[in-house]
Amino acid sequence: MAAPALLLFGLFGLVPLAGVVVLGLTRWDGLGSIGWAGFANWSAVLADGATWQALGLTVKVMAVSWLVQTPIALALGVFQAPRGRLRALFAVLFFLPLLLSAVAIGLTWQALLDPSFGIGATPGLHWLAEPLLGSPDLALYTVIFVIAWQFVPFHALLYQAGIRQIPTALYEAAALDGAGPVTRFLHITVPQLKYTMVTSSTLMLVGSLTYFDLVFVLSGGTGGPGTATRVLPLAMYITGFQAHDMGRASAVATLLVVFGLGLSLLMTRLSGFTRMDSQQEGM
Amino acid sequence: MRRIPVDGNLTSPRIRRVIASAVTLTAAIGLAACGTSGPSTTSSAKGLTMWALSDQTILKDSVDAYNKDHPETKITLQLFANDDYKQKLRVAFGADQAPDIFFSWGGGALDDYVKAGKVDALPAADTDRFTPSVMQSATFGDKVYGVPANGLAPVVLYYNKKVLADAGVEPPKTYDDLLAAVKKLKAKDVVPLSLAANSKWPTLMYLEYLLDREGGSQVFTDIASGDASKWKDASVTKANQRLQDLAKAGAFGDNASSVSYDQGASTALLYTGKAGMTLMGTWEYANIAKAAPDFLKDGDLGYTAFPSLPGGAGEADSIVGNPSNFLSLNSSTKNKDAALTYFKDYVLNDSQVDAYLGAGSVPPVKGLESKLAAVKSSTDKEWLTFVYDLVQNAPGFQLSWDQALPSDQADPLLTNTDKSFLREISPAEFGENMSRAGS
Repeated sequence: MAAPALLLFGLFGLVPLAGVVVLGLTRWDGLGSIGWAGFANWSAVLADGATWQALGLTVKVMAVSWLVQTPIALALGVFQAPRGRLRALFAVLFFLPLLLSAVAIGLTWQALLDPSFGIGATPGLHWLAEPLLGSPDLALYTVIFVIAWQFVPFHALLYQAGIRQIPTALYEAAALDGAGPVTRFLHITVPQLKYTMVTSSTLMLVGSLTYFDLVFVLSGGTGGPGTATRVLPLAMYITGFQAHDMGRASAVATLLVVFGLGLSLLMTRLSGFTRMDSQQEGM
Repeated sequence: MRRIPVDGNLTSPRIRRVIASAVTLTAAIGLAACGTSGPSTTSSAKGLTMWALSDQTILKDSVDAYNKDHPETKITLQLFANDDYKQKLRVAFGADQAPDIFFSWGGGALDDYVKAGKVDALPAADTDRFTPSVMQSATFGDKVYGVPANGLAPVVLYYNKKVLADAGVEPPKTYDDLLAAVKKLKAKDVVPLSLAANSKWPTLMYLEYLLDREGGSQVFTDIASGDASKWKDASVTKANQRLQDLAKAGAFGDNASSVSYDQGASTALLYTGKAGMTLMGTWEYANIAKAAPDFLKDGDLGYTAFPSLPGGAGEADSIVGNPSNFLSLNSSTKNKDAALTYFKDYVLNDSQVDAYLGAGSVPPVKGLESKLAAVKSSTDKEWLTFVYDLVQNAPGFQLSWDQALPSDQADPLLTNTDKSFLREISPAEFGENMSRAGS
């Protein structure tokens, strides 16, 4: 059963990955011939302050995204879970951002956040006429906000599905024991959602690690202002396709893969995801 | 103790781990692989392929005219959006999928291809009808590697006549005039100079002019020919100092770094009267004509050369910008003769020149005076004559730095320009960073 999937994964996942690792050990400008460079790219990448700054920004995007998205997604999931026509309507509305392409979202927000002609130009909203994407201090948080706007609906959907899986008997028993809504949320909903949280968090963290398109569009392809939003994937793209240093870009790409792989393994191990304990023992 | 899987189908921990890793890997690889898929350039045995930008509609007419006369060796033209065109072309050359004729900006990027032996030199007889200062951008080692394919694009200072009159400001002739104008315009609550700093390259235009006026054109000419130590020249620091002085004086308003050029906001600020002036290439004229035809018709658009800098070593008439775009010939083409025929008889021929002039753009062809005199619209005639004279009288026409330098220095250049503009680095650090990036 797994054979076709593994074949596809090998062909489009592992083979290019091996190519990137090898390319990381060469010197290639994308035009001429490829020359062996040994670990020169690696020592250059690791010695470059810009790499570490980009990695720092990536980790920041990852951590803040998780902190922002998880509570909102959980709250929306709790709101959407009970059945009802109005809730279904809201669920559809919340889901809309996920249907748009990242480039469309990026261009739209760029236009909306334009201090002269965007929403800041609306009477009564002048306090929004700040250089949100132009200030080195605010730009990264603005990017994180737009990422959250795009992805919260997806995670809310995960939580909604997770909550619907929780047997109502648990809530009924708790209600009989006199537990209020808050107690029921904290002692039934949250523990029962453990694996949903692990799934959602893994997707969020690993997803933020490789996040590229929206940052690219919002910063005009430069990771600016200055290098305030130049996350590691964007730094990789600029090194590879603007500076045409494929070897060094491949080294950065390998670094990303190692980091992402380590992170997802760590997540699954720490959370006990692989042990498959049931949260519904005795049911 | 019963162990119940939370969701029934994926029971094996190993498969879960593989899937979790697969998500990571595909995401990373998807990125690593992006940009490698160029369109294949299959063509008939004798036909040619050509790549250009999608806004080059007049150039497209020249291909159509050629194809009409040469049905045997047709040119298949593919048009691309501006963003990432350079990357696409580079990858296509790397993969031997490049078109026979390609459109470029000349300068360092074209020289990369020349050095790699990917471009053929063109016979001198075919290129001597073009403006010599323009041809420098496509001349490497005394050989010419491209023919100009569209209008001259020096960078000029545009202004809104109404806004300047309201503030009692004359179009600035010197740098001190400019500083004084900034003060007066600021007091009127308009943005003195609208700038799309989010895109970074518009900011670079200021540095290019300021260095040219401050230290003369030789400083950057030396840098472009490989002497990175010239970045540490005192005039580079001074040019950055002046850029930062302008920013400190509020010349660019509070929001410049949020404005992206492609969204058209920096242009809109000028014609809506929210900004007094803007520094941009001559293509801005066509953009304004398209976005705000009434603004142009009412005669509210003014334009002038970049202010001079009394006391600087540079010449007041020198200009910077993009001399032109170029069409070059892939050295692995199978039908060189057909391409040369196209370059010689169809690129910027008589009807092409007329079409460009009609669109408000001056092609880099010698002896245009009589054609200019025959232009009907007085608004256009004034503009075209201004651009033509500006280029004719210029002792030097410096190619934009980001085009002139080898491509691996373009990003450090734009990033450091932006940082200097944001005052994240000191004026002296700009030169130090650039000399390190260039060595």
